Amino acid sequence: MELSKELLLKFYKDMVRIRNFELKAEELFLQGKLPGFIHLYIGEEAIAVGAMANLRVEDYITSTHRGHGHMLAKGASMRKMMAELYGKKHGYCKGKGGSMHIADVSIGVLGANGEVGGGLPIAVGAGMAIKLQKKDSVVISFFGDGASNRGAFHEALNWASVFKLPVIFLNENNQFASTERVQETTSVENISDRAVGYNMPGVSIDGNDVIAVFETVKEAVERARNGGGPTLIEAKTYRLKGHFVGDPQLYRTKEEVDLKWPNEPISRFEKKLFEGGYLTEKEKEEIWNDAKNEVEDAVLFAEQDEYPAPEEALEDLFEDSTNCLY
Amino acid sequence: MREITFSEALGEAILEEMSRDPTIFTYGEDIAKQGGIFGAYKPILGKYQDRIIDTPISEEVIFGSALGAALAGMRPVAEFHFADFLFTGMAAIANQIMKFKYMTGGQGKLHLILRGPDGISKSAAAQHSESIETIFMHIPGIKVIIPSTPYDMKGLFKTALRSDDPVICFEHKMLYRMKGPVPEEEYYIPFGVADVKREGKDVTVIATSRMVHESLLAAQELEKEGVSVEVVDLRTLVPWDKETVFKSVKKTHKVVIAHETWRRAGWGAEIAATIQEELFDYLDAPIRRVGAKNVHIPFSPPLQDFVVPDKNSVIEAVRSVL
Repeated sequence: MELSKELLLKFYKDMVRIRNFELKAEELFLQGKLPGFIHLYIGEEAIAVGAMANLRVEDYITSTHRGHGHMLAKGASMRKMMAELYGKKHGYCKGKGGSMHIADVSIGVLGANGEVGGGLPIAVGAGMAIKLQKKDSVVISFFGDGASNRGAFHEALNWASVFKLPVIFLNENNQFASTERVQETTSVENISDRAVGYNMPGVSIDGNDVIAVFETVKEAVERARNGGGPTLIEAKTYRLKGHFVGDPQLYRTKEEVDLKWPNEPISRFEKKLFEGGYLTEKEKEEIWNDAKNEVEDAVLFAEQDEYPAPEEALEDLFEDSTNCLY
Repeated sequence: MREITFSEALGEAILEEMSRDPTIFTYGEDIAKQGGIFGAYKPILGKYQDRIIDTPISEEVIFGSALGAALAGMRPVAEFHFADFLFTGMAAIANQIMKFKYMTGGQGKLHLILRGPDGISKSAAAQHSESIETIFMHIPGIKVIIPSTPYDMKGLFKTALRSDDPVICFEHKMLYRMKGPVPEEEYYIPFGVADVKREGKDVTVIATSRMVHESLLAAQELEKEGVSVEVVDLRTLVPWDKETVFKSVKKTHKVVIAHETWRRAGWGAEIAATIQEELFDYLDAPIRRVGAKNVHIPFSPPLQDFVVPDKNSVIEAVRSVL
């Protein structure tokens, strides 16, 4: 498939935006400016970007606790994301959710999720709604290798297959479930092999190749939009950073991680763009500068934003909370 | 007024609202062809077949998909088959449905209902018999309705089907066949409004579900002894009607709380503590609680009868506060 220069550069820009957001989040966390936990997506950007390029605004995704990349690729506001990381009033969740619970229902992001595999049943529900409404929207449910060992995974894939729902199960196999290696916790070499048990197509791809992700997801999305039902895609990647910022990473060596860096998706793709004449050094510099400026703008927004008033903790439980708080 | 069963009242509520609102759909195990394990869905058999769906036995998706479907614009009604099986899908309920709106800063309208049978039936034993409504009152994030009559069932469920918040409805297995007056004309019962099922002046009994009927039987017997019992049916636990409860306590000065769920840390403890905190000066006796003994519901009939409260448990508690 011949992809336009415009699309290729969009892939690159989107990945660079995510990388810069994550690098800044890491820096801010280490400076003690962000409360809670931060789970970085560094090294996995090609999956969010390649997949999301196939979606429309009215399509849905469910995300994970490593969800910043998904959010940005689906079109979320970087300012509101950063403000949420700070726990500020104009963050996506008004300071009630933090990094792990960001959602933007208005653009179809049905939530990051602090529970491993928690988004899979939600994605199935959105798929049921689409089918009942006779629309041609789709859902992509992102989940990690650890989630594929949960009951929710089995229930969701079986259900989606039985009802032929327009759901793409997009596994991001980054080789680690928290601190556990996938080989030590998972019974199959390829998570996509599990698709056989649910009578749906299953495929494993190089998750660090943005074009491979784009093209594989494209096929699955087309099938889903045309009533062909769900697909399981395993995008193999590598988590270059710890489970969370500050993870001592006792389960692997620095040498192992260093060996993986040359395969990270952005520099790999960049090389291709240079070779194909799609990108110049000057354009590259501009793209990185733009991303840095966007992140700085988001940080400024977040730092200037106020904290929510303590009593705002009692809002947002229900549409109508009358007499529900005692 | 005509009399219909609790099941029929539920069926009418769903059918009336489904005809009005094309986004309502209902699904669960054994409902579309079987009508539900206790026949709760018999009145809707064969109707709206595209929106009444039999599903796999997959509790986490039965509940979790309700959240996704609601966010995507539908109004799902998921059946939980037996209240005990709520535990099987509890991750989807407690970690997703009940938290979603709050932890996303108020996003989405979560118009979804979880409903199904709870409570004891005859020797169904521990995994098909328990009353677990208290847990859903304890964790924030879902409205809890627990009707005791066909009238309340229909009126509360119609309100639930128009609510933009998640609702869980507990229907007692022993009540499905109970008949009662239900008007032909449309009506809705708001949440958080208790119903005084019987007026009295000596003792207030606060109850829900099957224990409302046991309490009414107890009141009849106590009346022969000259004791006047007021029976307040809360009807909803989240929100619960503090105003009606307080009004009754201020009148009788004595309180018994009767539920089928375990006595230890059951919802009665919350109501009792609230009355004690806010109305201490009005109380003429310690508040007594009636609930199941703190074991699981056993199989053998004499064991079950010993563990689960009935009208005699209420009579004994009322006598103890006189």
